[in-house]
Amino acid sequence: MAKAEKKRGSGEILGVLALLFILVGLYVALIQAPPDAYQGEVQRIMYIHIPSIVAAYLCFFIVFLGSCLYLWKRETRDDILAKSAAEVGVLFTALTIIEGSIWGKPTWGVWWTWDARLTLTALLLMIFVGYIMLRSLIEDEERGAVCGAVVGIIGFLDIPLIHMSVYWWRTLHQPPSIFRPDKLPWENIKWPLLWPLIINIVAFVFLSLYLLSLRIRVGETEERIKGEMLGGTA
Amino acid sequence: MAFLKQTAWLLWKDLLLELRRRESLLAMFFFGTLLLFIFHFALDVQPDKAADMAPGLLWLALVFCGTLGLMQLFQAERENRCLEALLLSPIDRAAIFLSKVLFNLTLMVLLEIVVFPLFWVLFNLTLWERLPWVFLYGLLGTVGFCVLGTLFSALTLSARGREILLPLLLLPLMIPVILATIRGMEIILRAGDFQESLPWLHLLIGFDVIFLTAGILVFEWVVES
Repeated sequence: MAKAEKKRGSGEILGVLALLFILVGLYVALIQAPPDAYQGEVQRIMYIHIPSIVAAYLCFFIVFLGSCLYLWKRETRDDILAKSAAEVGVLFTALTIIEGSIWGKPTWGVWWTWDARLTLTALLLMIFVGYIMLRSLIEDEERGAVCGAVVGIIGFLDIPLIHMSVYWWRTLHQPPSIFRPDKLPWENIKWPLLWPLIINIVAFVFLSLYLLSLRIRVGETEERIKGEMLGGTA
Repeated sequence: MAFLKQTAWLLWKDLLLELRRRESLLAMFFFGTLLLFIFHFALDVQPDKAADMAPGLLWLALVFCGTLGLMQLFQAERENRCLEALLLSPIDRAAIFLSKVLFNLTLMVLLEIVVFPLFWVLFNLTLWERLPWVFLYGLLGTVGFCVLGTLFSALTLSARGREILLPLLLLPLMIPVILATIRGMEIILRAGDFQESLPWLHLLIGFDVIFLTAGILVFEWVVES
């Protein structure tokens, strides 16, 4: 029990950190940072758009790690981790697409366009929605966990392949602002716009980890109840 | 050598079963032909536009028919728990996977041999000399489809609502193969230049190799439990 309490405590610390960083992040993004020279105020959506997709990729990477660990060691803990991360990841991917649409309308004039990175993000959402559906449709727990792990791994490894194919196909999105092969991060974006973005990325990472810890707790409780119902002690 | 022999025996078993039952293949043939008719009614394709639309329509027909075939793929193994018997026998798991892929591929290629020329006839396409190149792309795309399809067909064996789950999982992951195939076919039909479409051909072969390797590696986990 002491272990569970400790875990809960660390989860709450993440929550407090997320809250703190989000408050500071909102302040610097909405008030402190100057408006963009070309796009004006609407560009401030960037301060949640990029953090959302960073959080989503972090979650899908955790799905990948959890899936690999599960196939290797067969511990329910890793499966709960992967399953929970997939749900949080889907949430942040959906948020990214919605925010992007709202940003796209005033800047590009359309809600949606078949650009490489938009397409990739939408496909990512579909792959992991498929993952969640698979988990709910296989009744046998262990088999569901194994199949889920396989989809989690293939889904994650498929991301660069999809990226490559849709990138060749077409691209219209503004070039990546932060992570570019040809320049260092601080050369692409001016410092007054960069540091609010960094604060918001940290905030979203904490937020996603907090949500993840909550979801894991739910998963563990489910597991314990199942164990008790079967007559064993968890 | 033993591995190839096992694969060949398993493939022979599946082909023999199909030859006697003729369930999958006939259904796929008729469904494919039917789809071509439906496409024509839905889009009212003019002869001058047919070449532009051919790659997309052909792929739609193949994906629909292919999914139909995938549903049946492990049907024989499912009945009377034959899959477990197969897993208990001293056969390499990779051979089981490969034989299923090859069986599925055989069905799809037979389907393509009928559907592709039929498309040319029904839609009044005159570019007969480009058909072999289009067929090459179709074949390579089908390899990718069969590899991933076989894997996911095995994966969803014990799931409820398998019919909807299988395409839902398969299609997003298949996008690289679908895109490369369609773009390649498009360049050939528009420009008639095989050289120009080569980058897509290389990409497609790359995807096939990656998916095949990944499939062989993970298949063991998919069938074990």
